[in-house]
Amino acid sequence: MARTRFPADRGLTSRMVGTMFLLGLLYVVFVAVLIAILKSWLLIVLIAGGFLFVQYFFSDRLALRAMRGQEVTPQQAPELHQMVDRLCALADMPKPKVAISDSDIPNAFATGRNQQHAVLCVTNGILRRLSAPELEAVLSHELSHVAHRDVAVMTIASFLGILAGFVVRSSIYAGAYGGGGWGRSNDRDNNAGAVILLVVLASAVVYALSFLLTRLLSRYRELSADRAGAILIGRPSLLASALVKITGDMSRIPTRDLRAAEPLNAFFFAPALAPGFSFSTLFATHPPLERRLEQLEQLEAQLGRPA
Amino acid sequence: MKFLDALLGRTKPAQPKLDALFGVTGAAITLESAAGMKPTGQAAVCFKPASGQSFAAASEELKGLLELAVKEAGSKLEVTDDRYGYRWIVITDPEMEDLVTSAHLVNSTLEQYGFGPQLLCSVFGFADDHGQRFHLVYLYKRGTFYPFAPLEGERRDNELELRVKATLGGDLPVEPELARWFALWGIPLD
Repeated sequence: MARTRFPADRGLTSRMVGTMFLLGLLYVVFVAVLIAILKSWLLIVLIAGGFLFVQYFFSDRLALRAMRGQEVTPQQAPELHQMVDRLCALADMPKPKVAISDSDIPNAFATGRNQQHAVLCVTNGILRRLSAPELEAVLSHELSHVAHRDVAVMTIASFLGILAGFVVRSSIYAGAYGGGGWGRSNDRDNNAGAVILLVVLASAVVYALSFLLTRLLSRYRELSADRAGAILIGRPSLLASALVKITGDMSRIPTRDLRAAEPLNAFFFAPALAPGFSFSTLFATHPPLERRLEQLEQLEAQLGRPA
Repeated sequence: MKFLDALLGRTKPAQPKLDALFGVTGAAITLESAAGMKPTGQAAVCFKPASGQSFAAASEELKGLLELAVKEAGSKLEVTDDRYGYRWIVITDPEMEDLVTSAHLVNSTLEQYGFGPQLLCSVFGFADDHGQRFHLVYLYKRGTFYPFAPLEGERRDNELELRVKATLGGDLPVEPELARWFALWGIPLD
């Protein structure tokens, strides 16, 4: 019977399920409240569906364009293609498109809604800084994101926050222009004002909660990808050294470049946040370096144990 | 459960499929009788070495077993690491059966220690009637074969590859997705 050396990480899985459950619950409650208050569920469903559709189906092209990634052929980048080829054969998954972004920030990301539409993009900065085995470790981390369908999961998860933000904005807009123009003399308008206030409040709360939860989910999924990637190449310490190298390097990068990269943080290998920007771990899309290294150390220890 | 695993971010390492490997003996006969393509008497197993004491122990046992088997069959053994960090165990023996048996020894030993997911591919060397070399590659995770005919300057002889595929027909499970016929430049076979 086939065996694996790595026992499942039940703690990580159950924390992830918990987060997803809370997100789903929040979603259901929010839509129910909106329908009850606004009584025009068709509009909500249309807006919601539209957002989801665009994000889901164009994520690969959107992300690539935002990072100015260029797809490369096996002739243009033979070594990179060969690495991806072998990792895909090792993991038994279809080969994603391979792209290189001409940015000096050492980073890599994977995008695309499923394995057939996946794109794996690395920056010139990472190609220059990492050794071949380290780069391979980073690639296997990104391939794990593809295998876990993280773009689809995170798109759907963060979609609630986008929707809530949209409702806040359009309600304020409606309150300022639609409500203000008619005067406030009769009951009907007072009622409408109260409803809008309620919608804004509910949406703001939903937005805040979903924001925290998606960030939490994102951190769990990073840990999962670290784990699966390290197991795939069989050398957790390679991924650890790549992580140390990249995060150590990132603080030395000019701020202007960093800001340009920030919208894509959720799919990045290590987050590209401007140096000195203090943020609590609660809002981070990626787990702290210590947490990631700790997990990789544990995996390394599991490899050391006799059979 | 594949969907659930993806959702929970806990995809398991792909386990190798070992059964179809033995089909290569029959395929060699078909290739020779139908197209005049002969085995070159070389084969190799390629895997990704893992770190840690346990893998070292597996390697040690594998080495002992292989040396024993090689001595018995009278074949030659060579171990090389390539520049992508994969290890190749190259076996030279005129008998196809011995090649397959040695290759399988590597597989079963690694799997026994729980390192089955580290197996990448097995390669069997062939030459067509004009002496043009090509390889029959066995993908462990897919359980399928495909031909790989390298030319000078990292190009492939697609015509020969497709000819081999046509000749093999139903004898071997040939990888149906051409996108997975991945290239293996600089493999340590003659």
